[in-house]
Amino acid sequence: MAAARVDDAEVAVEAADDGMPGTVLIIACGALAREILAVVRANGLDHVTLKCLPAQLHNRPEKIADAVEALIEAEREHYDEILIGYGDCGTGGRLDAMLERHGVRRIAGAHCYAFFTGVEAFMARAEDEIAAFYLTDFMVRQFDAFITRPLGLDRHPELRDMYFGNYEKLVYLVQQSDSCLDRKADLIAQRLGLPLERRPTGFGDLAGFVEGDASTMA
Amino acid sequence: MSDDDLDLTTLNDEELVQQMHDDLYDGLKEEIVESVEILLSRDWAPYRILTEALVEGMRIVGIDFRDGILFVPEVLLSANAMKAGMHLLRPLLVETGAPKLGKMVIGTVKGDIHDIGKNLVGMMMEGAGFEVVDLGINNPVENYLDAIEEHQPDILGMSALLTTTMPYMKVVIDAMKERGIRDNHVVLVGGAPLNEEFGEAVGADSYCRDAAVTVETAKEFMMRKHNQLAAAAG
Repeated sequence: MAAARVDDAEVAVEAADDGMPGTVLIIACGALAREILAVVRANGLDHVTLKCLPAQLHNRPEKIADAVEALIEAEREHYDEILIGYGDCGTGGRLDAMLERHGVRRIAGAHCYAFFTGVEAFMARAEDEIAAFYLTDFMVRQFDAFITRPLGLDRHPELRDMYFGNYEKLVYLVQQSDSCLDRKADLIAQRLGLPLERRPTGFGDLAGFVEGDASTMA
Repeated sequence: MSDDDLDLTTLNDEELVQQMHDDLYDGLKEEIVESVEILLSRDWAPYRILTEALVEGMRIVGIDFRDGILFVPEVLLSANAMKAGMHLLRPLLVETGAPKLGKMVIGTVKGDIHDIGKNLVGMMMEGAGFEVVDLGINNPVENYLDAIEEHQPDILGMSALLTTTMPYMKVVIDAMKERGIRDNHVVLVGGAPLNEEFGEAVGADSYCRDAAVTVETAKEFMMRKHNQLAAAAG
């Protein structure tokens, strides 16, 4: 798919209040905002509105279900259908239990690494890759805000091996090829002391999910 | 030295222990090692240094972590400082026959390589007086069963960070049931995506939210066990 380019500043505005009229609302993780908007635009899905929650919620996954539920309750009367752009994302099934109560569906997969790769393909190699640390375009762009600073590695680089010592490689799942991100991924790999594997995935199952393919829903 | 003006040797015992709590809080490894050496030179028993200075200091760290005042990086620095102190004390504790509350086998489940939480639990349990056998990461059910047979622990601890790996805890517990050994051991489970309901669902005795809770839970179970044994003997 020829994906539309969106910059971070644009995402922040559109994701907060997309403003597009429509009958489908996608509530998603901010880490997916660019990719979902790109699919929406590329397919002219004017009936789809996107609202995102902060990606930083992943640092407190116990808060994700409540945050999504609050948005569902606030918005459900305004839309014919609501879809959720989150994996389980470390909620330990709490997100799914809440969504079941509301009769709302989410994209299939435990996390974005799975649905960007394609859940089946990801699961097929999962056992051989337990020591892989995954990056996405978002993670590469936001590595310092999302990983370095919250883990204290900027202040205490000596903690690196406590966090990453058991990993054997860094796998960069590439959504949209970008030489700047490639260079940044190289630097991240150097800092973590891990070999880097670059693996183009495109949007994987996310594209079908946004376009309304039920097979990509949990 | 804790700062340019403070000579730890000039502090009396009470002040020094208080300073160690502060230094643990701040993750100052070298200062902790120096303070442990000072207390040893003042003929403090290794067990007393462990409990009054290190474990109590880490208890305070645990409370502030639970309350959202400290975060993971700070706790890891504190843990590193305690580890350095423990490194000095461990052989002395063995020599002096410090009391043991019980034995724990602990490991991260198959498919999971995350061990920060497990390591913190292991260290806090050791500090609290438990003998800890650490199986490391990515443990298939056989590792747990073999270790249970070999070490006969009072407690089995399992850890997982991933939603995809945490169900493996049930595999281990079911295997223990099949062997008829489930009720011989207390099973404690932990990890970021877990909760109490999950602990109950897989058949664990308790879900433990963090290292401090694990220690308290383990102590409670050991107390119950001793009370039951005492009642049976009486």
